[in-house]
Amino acid sequence: MEFAELIKTPRVDGVDLHRPFMPTVEGTLCLTGHHLILSSRQDNTEELWLLHANIDSIEKRFVGSLGTIIVKCKDLRVIQLDIPGMEECLNIASSIEALSTLDSVSLMYPFFYRPLFEVIEDGWQLFVPEEAFKDLESMTDEWRLSEVNKDFSVCPSYPSLLTVPKDIDDESLCKAASFRHGGRFPVLSYYHKKNGMVMMRAAQPLTGTNGRRCKEDEKLINATLCAGKRGYIIDTRTIAVAQQAKARGGGFEQEANYPQWRRIHKAIERSNVLQDSLIKLVEACNDQSHSMDRWLSKLEASNWQSKVKEILTTACLAAQCIDREGASVLVHGTEGTDSTLQVTSLAQIILDPACRTIRGFEVLIEREWLQAGHPFQQRCAQSAYSNGKPRSEAPVFLLFLDCVWQILRQFPCSFQFNENLLIMFFEHAYASQFGTFLGNCVAERVKLQLSQKTVSLWSWVNRPQELERFLNPLYEPNNLVIWPSVAPQSLLLWEGVFLRWNRSTKCLDEACQEMVHIIEYNKELQNKVNSLRRQLAQLETEESPLQTP
Amino acid sequence: MEHIITPKVEYVKLLNKYAEKKSALGTLYLTATHLIYVEQTNNARTETWVLHHHIVSVEKLPLTASGCPLLIRCKTFQLLHLLFQRERDCQDVYQSLLRLSQPVKEEELYAFLYNPHQNEEDRRQGWEFISVANDFSRMGLSNDYWEISHLNKNYEICSTYPSILGVPKNASVAVVTGSAKFRSRGRLPVLSYYHKDTKAAICRCSQPLSGLTSRCVEDEQMLQAISQANPNCPFIYVVDTRPKLNAMANRAAGKGYENEDNYSNIRFQFQGIENIHIMRNSLQKLLEVCSVKSPSMSDYLTGLENSGWLRHIKSVMDAGVFLAKAVCEERASVLVHCSDGWDRTAQVCSLACILLDPYYRTIKGLMVLIEKEWISFGHKFSHRCGHLDTDPKEVSPVFTQFLECVWQLSEQFPCVFEFNEHYLIEIHNQVYACQYGNFIGNCQKERLDMRLHEKTFSLWPHLLKNQHLYRNPLYRRSLESTVLRPSTLPLHFKFWCGMYNHYDRGMHPKQSVLDQLLSLTQKQEEGERTMTELQRQLAVADGVLPDPSGPINTPTEQDSPSEKTPTAPFVQSNGSCLPLVNGDAEEAGPGAEKCIDKEGAEPGATEHDLTSSEDKPVSVETEHSKEEVQESS
Repeated sequence: MEFAELIKTPRVDGVDLHRPFMPTVEGTLCLTGHHLILSSRQDNTEELWLLHANIDSIEKRFVGSLGTIIVKCKDLRVIQLDIPGMEECLNIASSIEALSTLDSVSLMYPFFYRPLFEVIEDGWQLFVPEEAFKDLESMTDEWRLSEVNKDFSVCPSYPSLLTVPKDIDDESLCKAASFRHGGRFPVLSYYHKKNGMVMMRAAQPLTGTNGRRCKEDEKLINATLCAGKRGYIIDTRTIAVAQQAKARGGGFEQEANYPQWRRIHKAIERSNVLQDSLIKLVEACNDQSHSMDRWLSKLEASNWQSKVKEILTTACLAAQCIDREGASVLVHGTEGTDSTLQVTSLAQIILDPACRTIRGFEVLIEREWLQAGHPFQQRCAQSAYSNGKPRSEAPVFLLFLDCVWQILRQFPCSFQFNENLLIMFFEHAYASQFGTFLGNCVAERVKLQLSQKTVSLWSWVNRPQELERFLNPLYEPNNLVIWPSVAPQSLLLWEGVFLRWNRSTKCLDEACQEMVHIIEYNKELQNKVNSLRRQLAQLETEESPLQTP
Repeated sequence: MEHIITPKVEYVKLLNKYAEKKSALGTLYLTATHLIYVEQTNNARTETWVLHHHIVSVEKLPLTASGCPLLIRCKTFQLLHLLFQRERDCQDVYQSLLRLSQPVKEEELYAFLYNPHQNEEDRRQGWEFISVANDFSRMGLSNDYWEISHLNKNYEICSTYPSILGVPKNASVAVVTGSAKFRSRGRLPVLSYYHKDTKAAICRCSQPLSGLTSRCVEDEQMLQAISQANPNCPFIYVVDTRPKLNAMANRAAGKGYENEDNYSNIRFQFQGIENIHIMRNSLQKLLEVCSVKSPSMSDYLTGLENSGWLRHIKSVMDAGVFLAKAVCEERASVLVHCSDGWDRTAQVCSLACILLDPYYRTIKGLMVLIEKEWISFGHKFSHRCGHLDTDPKEVSPVFTQFLECVWQLSEQFPCVFEFNEHYLIEIHNQVYACQYGNFIGNCQKERLDMRLHEKTFSLWPHLLKNQHLYRNPLYRRSLESTVLRPSTLPLHFKFWCGMYNHYDRGMHPKQSVLDQLLSLTQKQEEGERTMTELQRQLAVADGVLPDPSGPINTPTEQDSPSEKTPTAPFVQSNGSCLPLVNGDAEEAGPGAEKCIDKEGAEPGATEHDLTSSEDKPVSVETEHSKEEVQESS
């Protein structure tokens, strides 16, 4: 298909661009296959480059022959374009609508994007399961790397290599897979070096109404327990929801069949209600007309903050079981691709200092989200402004990032990265020139040949020029487990995302600069002092050796 | 001392809000001024000091299997949950605290006992350190339009006003005295702040005694005079900070608000800030929300909304912003009042001053502002804070709300305030502590009658001495000239966890950016001194400078003389330690309440506290120089 067919008017002059807290820009609007571009004729004004994929919805209205298009983006930005001429405006609007809702993945921008930078380190090679397994092997010999899923037939949403208990053979894995939703049998998510406890994740067991059981599944998870030790199964659903799941063939582990495990139910909501929560929250944040009471009541009604609290609480629970109770943990919800991953990845941030570095955090996203089969493409197809009928959209990943931000805010010196990195991941998960977040699982990505046909986000982020923007100047490596507070008073609205376009950042930017300035100046000063000391010491040894103390 | 039935109770538990943390047994001491709880576990000794004046209520809860619980609520929003083994002990402590926390006479207040061992000269200087008269000259008074009037020097025109007043130059004595008679409690329109750049002024007063029909020529002339004192604007705003309904209700009682028909060239405006009773109840509700054990997010947000607290904070902020805008954008003078002109009026005027004038955003400037708009203009601190056992309906968190507004501003403008959050919280604690005389009494005349300047000490020098704790490392002087234009959208107001949940340390960020930056700035000052010293030594070694002290000192030996460098205020404050005495508990040192971990000190031995708290920065410094040695070796 040619994009040109969809572009009825490629270019309009005299268009006004209005953005909150920025001066109006007048210029020429151009539509290309993947971008909406507005460039002013003045030299110094910045241009607007907007990916069509970033556009969530548009609204158009007319006053006389002047048309206005309000463009609402997936990164929650809202801009307004005033376009002279009714016909041009209608053409532009329908083109944007068509171009921003292309269904075919292979037409996405990442397949067309050619980097203007030299790829030094290929991001597609950032996470190699074999390498990660070597690290694990150096700590314990109780695990093995299984190729049972090498053609993605046992579990379509799992990667080809999986870490499983050493004593469980592939045949048992296949049987266990048939007992778990979507074939997602229990696999290793995290090994806690300090005490050898592990965190595993899976999907719900398919016990159904008549209480099916599977010996291999029981054996598989029991194999991760030390002799005489008990473990915890964290079911991210309430007991009521888990009960209901039985009617649809799902269910939960029966005590009788898993006597060594204690099951705990938590109340993280299913992904389908999350989208509604995001829409309500963003609506509340964008409505500037309301009173304090109305704002607080809408914030409460959106339920977003409650979800943040639930997820963090569950992650803390998992981390607590492992670090404090010295017990191994199995986490699952229904499919094991959403709330499960939120919990396992956040627990690792709490437990493992490596995940709080930039590289470690990237590996975490790669391992616990991309490879673990979080369906990014389905979940991030639409954002808070979409008028379209929701299918499987849900801000699962955004909620995870919000939770990371909450921990980062409470431990501002323990992360190598700053808030900007989290915001950047949010943006790229929804619309990107890179192929990283395309597809729903490894199998799909292999089929799309993403690693050959697109550039990885990591190739770009890990360039020193880019990294600088994401570094936290206050970072001091902290090898401890970090326990965030989950009291409502401790959990704030993530202004960096939700109020990002509704506030002037001038003062905050100044504060940031000042902070960097203080830290840099201090470093410089220490260096100068040290070099002066050396000079002095040298002088002393050269000139007056007798006076050296 | 006669109120203390049992000075020491053993085997007391201090319950933690979070059940999972086990509480150890400790000992409770009652001194003349403090309640002290000491917990000894292994090698760690924890002391919790609570000033009796900070206690707002003591409540005996129903007996439980584990003992006899006592709930102590503080004006600093601390909540102590004690558990006694014997009911008798609980009852004794309860009885003692009831009496100790509610002094009846002024002389019982801490400030009349507290002596930081200054001599009379220091005391006098301390009281003169902040001067409202100086602030008038800083604003440029007297000038062509405004002058300082001494008409109230014997507090005869208005007993709750200060002795010096800023009035328009062309307002005659008859106009001034006549206008005072037409205003509630004689609180006539006078100058609060003069904005040099625009020549616009903020004036304050109480409501007029207009009733339904009354008018007063002198009062009308007074407003005319204020208007004429501003050549840049033909009208003045008259801002009634109350909700319209409240103001109208007052008319029936012979009070009310200005009738626009009677005053020429005024623009009248209501602002809708609620009265002290609504504010008191709102805080009550807020504190209930804060003290709920493990609330859900929904409970918390709903509770926050229902308390109305942030709505009230926003209403004060809105009014302050209105004033600032009128002055700097419309160049118009503003006259502000509420009912008596000592609560809402004080909030709004002082907030506008902070928005307009960068001076009030400094450590000393905020002292001046509080002295000017609150203390000298007769905000009834004794009543509003409930210093004495008087009418509980007079108590209201009006000043707390002002401090919170400043905090909200500092969240929006992180670089424009010289001080940090600790400063606001310390001022708040000190207002209720009555350790210093500043906030005792309801107006200047009362303070004079009590001879506070002779009998008590001033807080301001104490705060200044510790200013290194209160500095905002991000403060940029270059930004200081700007008028602040804060957003007052509801979503830009936050719950002030650092104030209302101050003692729930678990809720706060576990690492503090502020503390980190404060220690960096301290390191920076040390580094700068070390560098200067090293450069001097190098010059000596090079023979460029004559050698003043014989052999070259090694870098490690230079730390003590360098403390005299004048560029390091925090070192100076270390240098002038409080004189130490073998004290009773009433000389318990600068903090009214403390929580310290250390080994083997008796609660009575305050000497230890002082040394340790004052010594701390010094020892940090020596540690640093050790580190530096290691680095250099």
